[in-house]
Amino acid sequence: MTDEPLLRVSALSKFYGSRVGCENISFDLWPGEVLAVVGESGSGKTTLLNCLSTRLLPSSGTASYRMRDDQWRELYRMSEAERRFLMRTDWGFVHQNPADGLRMTVSAGANVGERLMAVGDRHYGRIRATAVDWLSRVEIDEDRIDDEPRAFSGGMRQRLQIARNLVTGPRLVFMDEPTGGLDVSVQARLLDLLRGLVTDLGLAAIVVTHDLAVARLLSQRMMVMKDGRVVESGLTDRVLDDPRAPYTQLLVSSILQV
Amino acid sequence: MTDIATYNFAYLDEQTKRMIRRAILKGIAIPGYQVPFASREMPMPYGWGTGGVQVTASIIGPDDVLKVIDQGADDTTNAVSIRAFFKKVANVAVTTETATATIIQTRHRIPEHPLTAGQVLVFQVPIPEPLRFLEPRETETRKMHALEEYGLMHVKLYEDIAKHGRIATTYAYPVKVEGRYVMDPSPTPKFDNPKMHRSPALQLFGAGREKRIYAVPPFTDVVSLDFEDHPFEVQTFDQPCALCGAENVYLDEVILDDHGGHMFVCSDTDHCEKRRSAPPSPLWGGRAEGAGGRDLATTLATPSSALRADPPRMGEGKEAE
Repeated sequence: MTDEPLLRVSALSKFYGSRVGCENISFDLWPGEVLAVVGESGSGKTTLLNCLSTRLLPSSGTASYRMRDDQWRELYRMSEAERRFLMRTDWGFVHQNPADGLRMTVSAGANVGERLMAVGDRHYGRIRATAVDWLSRVEIDEDRIDDEPRAFSGGMRQRLQIARNLVTGPRLVFMDEPTGGLDVSVQARLLDLLRGLVTDLGLAAIVVTHDLAVARLLSQRMMVMKDGRVVESGLTDRVLDDPRAPYTQLLVSSILQV
Repeated sequence: MTDIATYNFAYLDEQTKRMIRRAILKGIAIPGYQVPFASREMPMPYGWGTGGVQVTASIIGPDDVLKVIDQGADDTTNAVSIRAFFKKVANVAVTTETATATIIQTRHRIPEHPLTAGQVLVFQVPIPEPLRFLEPRETETRKMHALEEYGLMHVKLYEDIAKHGRIATTYAYPVKVEGRYVMDPSPTPKFDNPKMHRSPALQLFGAGREKRIYAVPPFTDVVSLDFEDHPFEVQTFDQPCALCGAENVYLDEVILDDHGGHMFVCSDTDHCEKRRSAPPSPLWGGRAEGAGGRDLATTLATPSSALRADPPRMGEGKEAE
Protein backbone atom coordinates (compact mmCIF):
# COMPACT_ATOMS: atom_id res chain seq x y z
CA MET A 1 0.00 0.00 0.00
CA THR A 2 1.17 3.48 -0.76
CA ASP A 3 0.90 6.43 1.54
CA GLU A 4 -1.54 8.16 -0.74
CA PRO A 5 -5.24 7.38 -0.85
CA LEU A 6 -6.97 6.26 -4.04
CA LEU A 7 -10.11 8.31 -3.61
CA ARG A 8 -10.69 11.48 -1.65
CA VAL A 9 -14.23 12.58 -0.97
CA SER A 10 -15.01 15.84 0.74
CA ALA A 11 -18.31 17.38 1.78
CA LEU A 12 -20.32 15.48 -0.80
CA SER A 13 -24.04 16.26 -0.80
CA LYS A 14 -26.88 15.29 -3.04
CA PHE A 15 -30.34 16.81 -2.76
CA TYR A 16 -33.43 15.75 -4.63
CA GLY A 17 -35.22 19.09 -4.62
CA SER A 18 -35.60 19.88 -0.93
CA ARG A 19 -35.19 16.27 0.09
CA VAL A 20 -31.79 15.05 1.24
CA GLY A 21 -30.18 12.16 -0.59
CA CYS A 22 -26.91 12.29 1.29
CA GLU A 23 -25.29 15.22 3.04
CA ASN A 24 -21.77 16.32 3.84
CA ILE A 25 -19.97 13.01 3.35
CA SER A 26 -16.18 13.04 3.58
CA PHE A 27 -13.73 10.15 3.62
CA ASP A 28 -10.55 8.82 2.04
CA LEU A 29 -10.20 5.38 0.54
CA TRP A 30 -6.80 3.71 0.32
CA PRO A 31 -5.71 1.20 -2.32
CA GLY A 32 -6.68 -2.34 -1.39
CA GLU A 33 -9.10 -1.19 1.25
CA VAL A 34 -12.71 -2.34 1.47
CA LEU A 35 -15.13 0.19 2.89
CA ALA A 36 -18.64 -0.88 3.81
CA VAL A 37 -21.48 1.60 3.86
CA VAL A 38 -24.32 0.32 6.00
CA GLY A 39 -27.66 1.70 7.04
CA GLU A 40 -31.33 1.07 6.64
CA SER A 41 -33.32 1.54 3.43
CA GLY A 42 -33.57 5.16 2.42
CA SER A 43 -30.52 6.22 4.41
CA GLY A 44 -28.75 7.47 1.30
CA LYS A 45 -26.30 4.60 0.80
CA THR A 46 -27.13 4.04 -2.82
CA THR A 47 -27.28 7.75 -3.59
CA LEU A 48 -23.78 8.06 -2.18
CA LEU A 49 -22.56 5.11 -4.24
CA ASN A 50 -24.11 6.48 -7.41
CA CYS A 51 -22.51 9.88 -6.80
CA LEU A 52 -19.10 8.32 -6.20
CA SER A 53 -19.32 6.19 -9.32
CA THR A 54 -20.39 9.31 -11.29
CA ARG A 55 -23.67 7.72 -12.26
CA LEU A 56 -25.24 10.69 -10.50
CA LEU A 57 -23.81 14.19 -10.21
CA PRO A 58 -23.79 15.51 -6.62
CA SER A 59 -25.31 18.84 -5.67
CA SER A 60 -22.10 19.97 -3.99
CA GLY A 61 -18.78 18.66 -2.78
CA THR A 62 -15.83 17.09 -4.56
CA ALA A 63 -14.31 13.68 -5.12
CA SER A 64 -10.82 13.16 -6.51
CA TYR A 65 -9.38 9.95 -7.84
CA ARG A 66 -5.75 9.02 -8.26
CA MET A 67 -5.37 7.72 -11.81
CA ARG A 68 -2.96 4.95 -12.77
CA ASP A 69 -0.34 7.55 -13.67
CA ASP A 70 -0.64 8.95 -10.10
CA GLN A 71 -2.33 12.11 -11.35
CA TRP A 72 -5.20 13.32 -9.20
CA ARG A 73 -8.35 14.05 -11.16
CA GLU A 74 -11.52 15.59 -9.88
CA LEU A 75 -14.30 13.22 -10.88
CA TYR A 76 -17.01 15.74 -11.50
CA ARG A 77 -14.79 17.91 -13.69
CA MET A 78 -13.83 15.10 -16.03
CA SER A 79 -15.49 14.90 -19.43
CA GLU A 80 -18.15 12.29 -19.92
CA ALA A 81 -15.89 10.38 -22.30
CA GLU A 82 -13.15 10.17 -19.64
CA ARG A 83 -15.61 9.13 -16.96
CA ARG A 84 -17.08 6.40 -19.11
CA PHE A 85 -13.60 5.20 -19.98
CA LEU A 86 -12.72 5.09 -16.28
CA MET A 87 -15.94 3.18 -15.60
CA ARG A 88 -15.04 0.40 -17.98
CA THR A 89 -11.33 0.11 -17.29
CA ASP A 90 -10.15 1.14 -13.84
CA TRP A 91 -13.50 0.78 -12.10
CA GLY A 92 -16.17 -1.83 -11.71
CA PHE A 93 -19.77 -1.61 -10.64
CA VAL A 94 -21.57 -4.65 -9.29
CA HIS A 95 -25.33 -4.14 -9.26
CA GLN A 96 -27.68 -5.74 -6.79
CA ASN A 97 -29.72 -7.13 -9.67
CA PRO A 98 -27.32 -8.87 -12.08
CA ALA A 99 -29.70 -8.15 -14.98
CA ASP A 100 -28.78 -4.45 -14.60
CA GLY A 101 -25.10 -5.11 -14.97
CA LEU A 102 -25.13 -7.89 -17.56
CA ARG A 103 -26.17 -8.08 -21.16
CA MET A 104 -28.80 -10.74 -20.81
CA THR A 105 -29.06 -11.48 -24.53
CA VAL A 106 -25.43 -12.28 -25.25
CA SER A 107 -23.41 -15.26 -24.04
CA ALA A 108 -21.44 -15.36 -20.80
CA GLY A 109 -18.20 -15.25 -22.77
CA ALA A 110 -19.24 -12.10 -24.60
CA ASN A 111 -20.32 -10.55 -21.31
CA VAL A 112 -16.87 -11.08 -19.89
CA GLY A 113 -15.18 -10.08 -23.14
CA GLU A 114 -17.13 -6.88 -23.71
CA ARG A 115 -14.81 -4.69 -21.66
CA LEU A 116 -11.78 -6.12 -23.44
CA MET A 117 -13.31 -5.35 -26.82
CA ALA A 118 -14.28 -1.90 -25.57
CA VAL A 119 -10.65 -1.11 -24.85
CA GLY A 120 -9.57 -2.32 -28.26
CA ASP A 121 -8.80 -6.04 -28.04
CA ARG A 122 -9.49 -7.45 -31.49
CA HIS A 123 -8.23 -11.02 -31.17
CA TYR A 124 -11.05 -13.52 -30.73
CA GLY A 125 -8.86 -16.33 -29.42
CA ARG A 126 -7.28 -14.15 -26.76
CA ILE A 127 -10.61 -12.68 -25.66
CA ARG A 128 -12.09 -16.14 -25.33
CA ALA A 129 -9.13 -17.49 -23.41
CA THR A 130 -9.41 -14.59 -20.96
CA ALA A 131 -13.14 -15.24 -20.61
CA VAL A 132 -12.53 -18.92 -19.86
CA ASP A 133 -9.94 -17.97 -17.26
CA TRP A 134 -12.27 -15.53 -15.55
CA LEU A 135 -15.23 -17.86 -15.56
CA SER A 136 -13.13 -20.47 -13.77
CA ARG A 137 -12.00 -17.86 -11.25
CA VAL A 138 -15.63 -17.17 -10.36
CA GLU A 139 -16.39 -20.90 -10.33
CA ILE A 140 -18.49 -21.08 -13.47
CA ASP A 141 -17.91 -24.18 -15.60
CA GLU A 142 -16.11 -23.58 -18.86
CA ASP A 143 -18.85 -25.38 -20.81
CA ARG A 144 -21.30 -22.64 -19.83
CA ILE A 145 -19.31 -20.00 -21.72
CA ASP A 146 -21.70 -19.90 -24.68
CA ASP A 147 -24.86 -19.87 -22.59
CA GLU A 148 -26.80 -16.67 -22.09
CA PRO A 149 -27.01 -15.38 -18.52
CA ARG A 150 -30.77 -15.94 -18.75
CA ALA A 151 -30.01 -19.63 -18.35
CA PHE A 152 -27.99 -18.99 -15.19
CA SER A 153 -29.14 -19.12 -11.57
CA GLY A 154 -29.12 -15.95 -9.47
CA GLY A 155 -25.84 -16.81 -7.81
CA MET A 156 -24.16 -17.64 -11.12
CA ARG A 157 -25.38 -14.40 -12.65
CA GLN A 158 -23.92 -12.46 -9.77
CA ARG A 159 -20.60 -14.26 -10.15
CA LEU A 160 -20.66 -13.62 -13.89
CA GLN A 161 -21.27 -9.95 -13.22
CA ILE A 162 -18.26 -9.87 -10.95
CA ALA A 163 -16.08 -11.56 -13.58
CA ARG A 164 -17.28 -9.11 -16.20
CA ASN A 165 -16.23 -6.21 -13.99
CA LEU A 166 -12.86 -7.57 -12.94
CA VAL A 167 -11.60 -8.62 -16.37
CA THR A 168 -9.83 -5.32 -17.06
CA GLY A 169 -8.07 -5.42 -13.69
CA PRO A 170 -9.83 -2.45 -12.08
CA ARG A 171 -8.42 -0.84 -8.94
CA LEU A 172 -11.74 0.23 -7.49
CA VAL A 173 -15.02 -1.64 -7.46
CA PHE A 174 -18.38 -0.32 -6.34
CA MET A 175 -20.83 -2.90 -5.07
CA ASP A 176 -24.48 -2.26 -4.40
CA GLU A 177 -25.86 -5.02 -2.17
CA PRO A 178 -23.85 -7.69 -3.99
CA THR A 179 -25.49 -10.51 -2.02
CA GLY A 180 -29.02 -9.12 -1.95
CA GLY A 181 -31.66 -11.53 -3.15
CA LEU A 182 -29.49 -14.64 -2.82
CA ASP A 183 -30.18 -17.46 -0.41
CA VAL A 184 -27.81 -17.81 2.53
CA SER A 185 -25.67 -20.69 1.28
CA VAL A 186 -25.16 -18.98 -2.08
CA GLN A 187 -24.46 -15.76 -0.22
CA ALA A 188 -21.79 -17.47 1.85
CA ARG A 189 -20.09 -18.86 -1.27
CA LEU A 190 -20.23 -15.51 -3.02
CA LEU A 191 -18.79 -13.71 -0.01
CA ASP A 192 -16.01 -16.25 0.22
CA LEU A 193 -15.26 -15.76 -3.47
CA LEU A 194 -15.38 -11.98 -3.22
CA ARG A 195 -13.11 -11.96 -0.21
CA GLY A 196 -10.61 -14.13 -2.05
CA LEU A 197 -10.69 -11.99 -5.18
CA VAL A 198 -10.40 -8.72 -3.28
CA THR A 199 -7.39 -10.01 -1.36
CA ASP A 200 -5.69 -11.62 -4.37
CA LEU A 201 -6.11 -8.63 -6.64
CA GLY A 202 -5.60 -5.95 -4.01
CA LEU A 203 -8.85 -4.30 -5.01
CA ALA A 204 -10.23 -1.30 -3.26
CA ALA A 205 -13.98 -1.56 -2.91
CA ILE A 206 -16.91 0.40 -1.61
CA VAL A 207 -19.66 -2.02 -0.62
CA VAL A 208 -23.14 -0.77 0.11
CA THR A 209 -25.10 -3.23 2.20
CA HIS A 210 -27.77 -3.43 4.83
CA ASP A 211 -26.39 -6.77 5.91
CA LEU A 212 -23.93 -6.30 8.76
CA ALA A 213 -22.55 -9.81 8.23
CA VAL A 214 -21.45 -8.83 4.74
CA ALA A 215 -19.74 -5.76 6.15
CA ARG A 216 -18.04 -7.86 8.83
CA LEU A 217 -16.73 -10.43 6.35
CA LEU A 218 -15.62 -8.15 3.53
CA SER A 219 -14.66 -4.79 4.89
CA GLN A 220 -11.88 -3.33 6.95
CA ARG A 221 -13.64 -0.08 7.59
CA MET A 222 -17.28 0.93 7.67
CA MET A 223 -19.53 3.96 7.67
CA VAL A 224 -22.99 3.87 9.23
CA MET A 225 -25.51 6.13 7.54
CA LYS A 226 -28.87 7.42 8.69
CA ASP A 227 -31.07 10.00 6.99
CA GLY A 228 -28.35 10.88 4.52
CA ARG A 229 -25.65 11.51 7.08
CA VAL A 230 -22.80 9.44 8.44
CA VAL A 231 -23.55 8.74 12.09
CA GLU A 232 -20.50 6.65 12.84
CA SER A 233 -17.41 5.40 11.04
CA GLY A 234 -14.35 3.41 11.94
CA LEU A 235 -12.75 -0.02 11.75
CA THR A 236 -15.41 -2.61 11.06
CA ASP A 237 -14.66 -4.75 14.08
CA ARG A 238 -14.60 -1.74 16.36
CA VAL A 239 -17.94 -0.39 15.07
CA LEU A 240 -19.68 -3.74 15.28
CA ASP A 241 -18.25 -4.85 18.60
CA ASP A 242 -18.35 -1.50 20.33
CA PRO A 243 -20.95 0.68 18.63
CA ARG A 244 -21.01 4.22 19.98
CA ALA A 245 -23.82 6.03 18.21
CA PRO A 246 -27.29 5.11 19.48
CA TYR A 247 -28.40 4.26 15.95
CA THR A 248 -25.47 1.89 15.43
CA GLN A 249 -26.23 0.23 18.74
CA LEU A 250 -29.81 -0.25 17.58
CA LEU A 251 -28.64 -1.62 14.24
CA VAL A 252 -26.20 -4.09 15.81
CA SER A 253 -28.74 -5.26 18.36
CA SER A 254 -31.32 -5.79 15.62
CA ILE A 255 -29.41 -8.69 14.12
CA LEU A 256 -31.43 -11.86 14.51
CA GLN A 257 -29.62 -14.61 16.31
CA VAL A 258 -30.42 -18.07 15.11
CA MET B 1 -49.91 15.04 -67.49
CA THR B 2 -52.25 17.82 -66.41
CA ASP B 3 -53.37 15.78 -63.44
CA ILE B 4 -50.00 16.15 -61.78
CA ALA B 5 -49.50 19.80 -62.66
CA THR B 6 -50.11 20.68 -59.04
CA TYR B 7 -47.05 18.72 -57.96
CA ASN B 8 -43.67 20.37 -57.78
CA PHE B 9 -40.83 18.93 -59.85
CA ALA B 10 -39.86 15.56 -58.31
CA TYR B 11 -42.89 15.52 -55.99
CA LEU B 12 -41.35 17.23 -52.92
CA ASP B 13 -41.77 20.99 -52.46
CA GLU B 14 -38.65 23.12 -52.67
CA GLN B 15 -38.49 23.84 -48.92
CA THR B 16 -38.49 20.14 -48.15
CA LYS B 17 -35.80 19.52 -50.73
CA ARG B 18 -33.65 22.23 -49.18
CA MET B 19 -34.09 20.67 -45.76
CA ILE B 20 -33.11 17.26 -47.09
CA ARG B 21 -30.16 18.69 -49.05
CA ARG B 22 -28.90 20.33 -45.86
CA ALA B 23 -29.05 16.96 -44.14
CA ILE B 24 -27.25 15.36 -47.08
CA LEU B 25 -24.53 18.02 -47.04
CA LYS B 26 -24.05 17.53 -43.32
CA GLY B 27 -23.90 13.78 -43.87
CA ILE B 28 -21.24 14.23 -46.54
CA ALA B 29 -19.27 16.54 -44.25
CA ILE B 30 -19.30 13.93 -41.47
CA PRO B 31 -18.98 10.59 -43.29
CA GLY B 32 -21.00 7.84 -41.63
CA TYR B 33 -22.77 10.13 -39.17
CA GLN B 34 -26.55 9.73 -39.04
CA VAL B 35 -28.14 13.12 -39.60
CA PRO B 36 -31.73 13.43 -38.35
CA PHE B 37 -34.12 14.97 -40.85
CA ALA B 38 -37.83 15.72 -41.02
CA SER B 39 -38.86 12.75 -43.11
CA ARG B 40 -42.06 13.38 -45.08
CA GLU B 41 -45.01 11.18 -45.83
CA MET B 42 -44.50 9.71 -49.28
CA PRO B 43 -47.10 8.12 -51.52
CA MET B 44 -45.82 4.66 -50.58
CA PRO B 45 -45.64 2.70 -47.34
CA TYR B 46 -42.66 2.73 -45.00
CA GLY B 47 -40.30 -0.05 -45.89
CA TRP B 48 -40.77 0.50 -49.60
CA GLY B 49 -37.96 3.01 -49.84
CA THR B 50 -39.44 6.26 -48.57
CA GLY B 51 -36.02 7.40 -47.35
CA GLY B 52 -34.31 6.63 -50.63
CA VAL B 53 -37.09 8.26 -52.62
CA GLN B 54 -36.82 11.46 -50.61
CA VAL B 55 -33.06 11.60 -51.10
CA THR B 56 -33.42 10.94 -54.82
CA ALA B 57 -36.20 13.54 -55.14
CA SER B 58 -33.99 16.14 -53.47
CA ILE B 59 -30.95 15.63 -55.68
CA ILE B 60 -32.54 14.77 -59.03
CA GLY B 61 -32.49 17.32 -61.87
CA PRO B 62 -34.13 17.32 -65.32
CA ASP B 63 -30.89 16.12 -66.95
CA ASP B 64 -30.37 13.16 -64.67
CA VAL B 65 -30.70 9.57 -65.79
CA LEU B 66 -32.22 7.38 -63.12
CA LYS B 67 -31.79 3.67 -62.50
CA VAL B 68 -33.66 1.89 -59.73
CA ILE B 69 -32.81 -1.58 -58.50
CA ASP B 70 -34.33 -3.83 -55.91
CA GLN B 71 -32.10 -6.74 -54.77
CA GLY B 72 -30.04 -6.07 -57.88
CA ALA B 73 -33.00 -6.42 -60.25
CA ASP B 74 -34.45 -3.65 -62.42
CA ASP B 75 -37.69 -5.50 -63.03
CA THR B 76 -39.12 -6.11 -59.57
CA THR B 77 -42.23 -4.33 -58.26
CA ASN B 78 -40.40 -1.91 -56.04
CA ALA B 79 -37.88 -0.91 -58.71
CA VAL B 80 -40.48 -0.60 -61.44
CA SER B 81 -42.84 1.55 -59.40
CA ILE B 82 -40.17 3.91 -58.07
CA ARG B 83 -38.82 4.32 -61.61
CA ALA B 84 -42.33 5.02 -62.89
CA PHE B 85 -42.87 7.46 -60.04
CA PHE B 86 -39.89 9.61 -60.99
CA LYS B 87 -40.68 9.35 -64.65
CA LYS B 88 -44.07 10.78 -63.83
CA VAL B 89 -43.23 13.46 -61.25
CA ALA B 90 -39.86 14.58 -62.63
CA ASN B 91 -40.11 13.50 -66.25
CA VAL B 92 -36.51 12.30 -66.15
CA ALA B 93 -34.84 9.78 -68.38
CA VAL B 94 -34.70 6.33 -66.86
CA THR B 95 -32.43 3.45 -67.68
CA THR B 96 -31.52 0.01 -66.50
CA GLU B 97 -27.91 0.46 -67.54
CA THR B 98 -25.54 1.01 -64.64
CA ALA B 99 -22.94 2.77 -66.76
CA THR B 100 -25.23 5.47 -68.17
CA ALA B 101 -27.19 6.26 -65.01
CA THR B 102 -26.30 9.37 -63.03
CA ILE B 103 -28.41 8.44 -60.02
CA ILE B 104 -28.93 4.83 -58.96
CA GLN B 105 -31.44 4.20 -56.23
CA THR B 106 -30.90 0.80 -54.74
CA ARG B 107 -32.35 -1.59 -52.27
CA HIS B 108 -29.94 -4.21 -50.94
CA ARG B 109 -27.31 -4.29 -53.70
CA ILE B 110 -24.47 -2.34 -55.27
CA PRO B 111 -24.29 -2.95 -59.03
CA GLU B 112 -21.57 -5.27 -60.31
CA HIS B 113 -20.48 -2.76 -62.95
CA PRO B 114 -17.90 -0.48 -61.28
CA LEU B 115 -19.32 2.93 -60.46
CA THR B 116 -17.57 6.04 -61.69
CA ALA B 117 -17.00 9.57 -60.45
CA GLY B 118 -20.13 11.69 -60.85
CA GLN B 119 -22.54 8.87 -60.18
CA VAL B 120 -24.67 8.89 -57.03
CA LEU B 121 -25.80 5.71 -55.35
CA VAL B 122 -28.88 6.18 -53.13
CA PHE B 123 -29.56 3.41 -50.62
CA GLN B 124 -32.93 2.65 -49.07
CA VAL B 125 -32.27 1.96 -45.40
CA PRO B 126 -34.72 0.26 -43.03
CA ILE B 127 -32.71 0.54 -39.77
CA PRO B 128 -29.83 3.00 -39.89
CA GLU B 129 -28.50 2.27 -36.40
CA PRO B 130 -25.89 -0.51 -36.46
CA LEU B 131 -26.00 -0.77 -32.65
CA ARG B 132 -29.78 -1.01 -32.44
CA PHE B 133 -30.21 -4.69 -31.69
CA LEU B 134 -27.47 -4.57 -29.10
CA GLU B 135 -28.53 -1.36 -27.39
CA PRO B 136 -32.21 -0.46 -27.65
CA ARG B 137 -31.93 3.06 -26.21
CA GLU B 138 -31.48 5.75 -28.86
CA THR B 139 -30.05 8.18 -26.27
CA GLU B 140 -27.40 5.61 -25.44
CA THR B 141 -26.49 4.70 -29.02
CA ARG B 142 -26.07 8.36 -29.93
CA LYS B 143 -23.77 8.78 -26.95
CA MET B 144 -21.83 5.71 -28.01
CA HIS B 145 -21.35 7.16 -31.49
CA ALA B 146 -20.35 10.52 -30.03
CA LEU B 147 -17.78 8.96 -27.71
CA GLU B 148 -16.68 6.38 -30.29
CA GLU B 149 -17.53 3.49 -27.96
CA TYR B 150 -17.83 0.69 -30.44
CA GLY B 151 -16.76 -2.28 -28.32
CA LEU B 152 -20.34 -3.50 -28.44
CA MET B 153 -20.19 -3.98 -32.21
CA HIS B 154 -17.47 -6.54 -31.69
CA VAL B 155 -19.57 -8.24 -29.03
CA LYS B 156 -22.00 -9.08 -31.83
CA LEU B 157 -19.22 -10.48 -34.01
CA TYR B 158 -17.87 -12.40 -30.98
CA GLU B 159 -21.31 -13.95 -30.51
CA ASP B 160 -21.34 -14.99 -34.16
CA ILE B 161 -18.04 -16.80 -33.86
CA ALA B 162 -18.99 -18.36 -30.51
CA LYS B 163 -22.24 -19.69 -31.96
CA HIS B 164 -21.32 -20.51 -35.55
CA GLY B 165 -17.55 -20.80 -35.58
CA ARG B 166 -17.25 -17.86 -37.96
CA ILE B 167 -18.68 -14.41 -38.44
CA ALA B 168 -22.14 -15.40 -39.62
CA THR B 169 -23.41 -11.89 -40.34
CA THR B 170 -23.98 -11.87 -44.08
CA TYR B 171 -25.84 -8.63 -44.66
CA ALA B 172 -25.92 -5.23 -42.94
CA TYR B 173 -22.34 -6.04 -42.02
CA PRO B 174 -21.02 -3.16 -39.88
CA VAL B 175 -18.32 -0.95 -41.36
CA LYS B 176 -16.14 1.83 -40.00
CA VAL B 177 -16.17 4.92 -42.17
CA GLU B 178 -13.02 7.05 -42.46
CA GLY B 179 -11.75 5.60 -39.18
CA ARG B 180 -14.47 7.24 -37.14
CA TYR B 181 -18.16 6.30 -37.35
CA VAL B 182 -19.45 2.75 -37.37
CA MET B 183 -22.15 2.58 -40.01
CA ASP B 184 -24.79 0.12 -41.17
CA PRO B 185 -24.32 -0.24 -44.93
CA SER B 186 -28.09 -1.01 -45.18
CA PRO B 187 -29.03 -4.65 -45.77
CA THR B 188 -26.67 -5.12 -48.69
CA PRO B 189 -24.90 -8.48 -48.66
CA LYS B 190 -21.42 -8.21 -47.19
CA PHE B 191 -20.28 -9.22 -50.67
CA ASP B 192 -20.80 -5.56 -51.60
CA ASN B 193 -18.93 -4.06 -48.64
CA PRO B 194 -15.56 -3.93 -50.44
CA LYS B 195 -17.21 -1.98 -53.28
CA MET B 196 -17.97 0.85 -50.87
CA HIS B 197 -14.32 1.27 -49.93
CA ARG B 198 -12.83 4.27 -51.73
CA SER B 199 -15.63 4.21 -54.30
CA PRO B 200 -15.45 7.07 -56.80
CA ALA B 201 -19.24 7.45 -56.61
CA LEU B 202 -21.08 9.39 -53.92
CA GLN B 203 -23.11 7.09 -51.66
CA LEU B 204 -26.17 8.47 -49.88
CA PHE B 205 -28.34 6.58 -47.40
CA GLY B 206 -31.92 7.50 -46.60
CA ALA B 207 -34.03 5.96 -43.82
CA GLY B 208 -37.56 7.34 -44.10
CA ARG B 209 -39.24 5.73 -41.15
CA GLU B 210 -36.25 6.25 -38.84
CA LYS B 211 -35.74 9.79 -40.20
CA ARG B 212 -32.00 9.57 -40.73
CA ILE B 213 -29.72 10.41 -43.64
CA TYR B 214 -26.06 9.48 -43.84
CA ALA B 215 -23.45 9.52 -46.54
CA VAL B 216 -20.13 8.20 -47.74
CA PRO B 217 -18.37 10.77 -49.94
CA PRO B 218 -16.28 9.56 -52.90
CA PHE B 219 -12.90 7.99 -52.09
CA THR B 220 -13.70 7.44 -48.42
CA ASP B 221 -12.31 4.55 -46.42
CA VAL B 222 -15.01 2.00 -45.61
CA VAL B 223 -13.58 -0.87 -43.60
CA SER B 224 -15.57 -3.91 -42.48
CA LEU B 225 -15.12 -4.74 -38.81
CA ASP B 226 -13.49 -8.04 -37.91
CA PHE B 227 -11.16 -9.84 -35.54
CA GLU B 228 -7.44 -10.33 -36.13
CA ASP B 229 -7.88 -14.10 -36.08
CA HIS B 230 -11.23 -14.03 -37.93
CA PRO B 231 -10.72 -11.57 -40.77
CA PHE B 232 -13.57 -10.20 -42.88
CA GLU B 233 -14.50 -12.39 -45.84
CA VAL B 234 -17.09 -12.04 -48.58
CA GLN B 235 -19.40 -14.78 -49.76
CA THR B 236 -18.02 -17.05 -52.49
CA PHE B 237 -19.97 -19.21 -54.88
CA ASP B 238 -18.76 -22.54 -56.16
CA GLN B 239 -20.47 -22.23 -59.50
CA PRO B 240 -20.91 -19.41 -62.02
CA CYS B 241 -24.18 -17.72 -63.00
CA ALA B 242 -26.39 -20.30 -64.74
CA LEU B 243 -27.43 -17.77 -67.39
CA CYS B 244 -24.35 -15.75 -68.26
CA GLY B 245 -21.58 -17.80 -66.66
CA ALA B 246 -20.27 -14.85 -64.66
CA GLU B 247 -17.95 -15.63 -61.79
CA ASN B 248 -17.14 -13.53 -58.74
CA VAL B 249 -20.56 -11.89 -58.80
CA TYR B 250 -23.37 -12.13 -56.28
CA LEU B 251 -25.83 -14.89 -57.17
CA ASP B 252 -29.49 -15.41 -56.30
CA GLU B 253 -31.00 -18.85 -55.95
CA VAL B 254 -33.97 -19.34 -58.26
CA ILE B 255 -36.36 -22.21 -57.54
CA LEU B 256 -37.44 -23.86 -60.79
CA ASP B 257 -40.01 -26.44 -59.69
CA ASP B 258 -41.28 -28.19 -56.62
CA HIS B 259 -38.86 -31.12 -56.97
CA GLY B 260 -35.80 -29.37 -55.64
CA GLY B 261 -34.77 -27.95 -59.02
CA HIS B 262 -33.00 -24.65 -58.67
CA MET B 263 -30.27 -22.59 -60.22
CA PHE B 264 -28.05 -19.72 -59.30
CA VAL B 265 -28.22 -16.58 -61.40
CA CYS B 266 -26.76 -13.09 -61.22
CA SER B 267 -28.61 -10.91 -58.74
CA ASP B 268 -27.67 -7.91 -60.89
CA THR B 269 -30.04 -8.31 -63.86
CA ASP B 270 -28.48 -5.52 -65.92
CA HIS B 271 -25.04 -7.08 -65.58
CA CYS B 272 -26.41 -10.49 -66.56
CA GLU B 273 -28.33 -9.23 -69.60
CA LYS B 274 -25.37 -7.19 -70.83
CA ARG B 275 -23.20 -10.25 -70.75
CA ARG B 276 -25.73 -12.42 -72.56
CA SER B 277 -26.46 -9.92 -75.32
CA ALA B 278 -22.82 -9.08 -75.96
CA PRO B 279 -20.88 -11.15 -78.50
CA PRO B 280 -18.96 -13.97 -76.83
CA SER B 281 -15.65 -12.75 -75.59
CA PRO B 282 -12.75 -14.90 -74.49
CA LEU B 283 -12.43 -12.60 -71.50
CA TRP B 284 -15.82 -13.59 -70.21
CA GLY B 285 -15.55 -17.26 -71.11
CA GLY B 286 -17.92 -20.06 -70.25
CA ARG B 287 -20.78 -18.50 -72.15
CA ALA B 288 -21.00 -21.08 -74.89
CA GLU B 289 -20.81 -24.25 -72.85
CA GLY B 290 -23.04 -25.79 -70.22
CA ALA B 291 -25.87 -23.79 -68.76
CA GLY B 292 -24.16 -20.58 -69.82
CA GLY B 293 -25.98 -18.87 -72.65
CA ARG B 294 -29.27 -20.60 -71.99
CA ASP B 295 -31.80 -17.92 -71.25
CA LEU B 296 -34.14 -17.95 -68.30
CA ALA B 297 -37.23 -18.65 -70.38
CA THR B 298 -35.69 -21.77 -71.90
CA THR B 299 -34.57 -22.98 -68.52
CA LEU B 300 -37.96 -22.42 -67.00
CA ALA B 301 -39.65 -24.14 -69.93
CA THR B 302 -37.47 -27.23 -69.57
CA PRO B 303 -39.55 -30.09 -68.16
CA SER B 304 -38.69 -30.63 -64.55
CA SER B 305 -37.90 -34.29 -65.27
CA ALA B 306 -35.01 -33.18 -67.43
CA LEU B 307 -33.68 -31.14 -64.57
CA ARG B 308 -34.23 -33.97 -62.14
CA ALA B 309 -32.11 -36.29 -64.25
CA ASP B 310 -29.09 -34.61 -62.74
CA PRO B 311 -30.37 -32.80 -59.70
CA PRO B 312 -27.98 -30.30 -58.25
CA ARG B 313 -26.99 -30.89 -54.68
CA MET B 314 -28.98 -28.80 -52.23
CA GLY B 315 -27.00 -25.95 -50.87
CA GLU B 316 -24.62 -26.00 -53.79
CA GLY B 317 -23.40 -22.55 -54.54
CA LYS B 318 -24.38 -21.20 -51.16
CA GLU B 319 -21.80 -19.19 -49.35
CA ALA B 320 -18.69 -21.09 -48.48
CA GLU B 321 -18.98 -22.30 -44.95
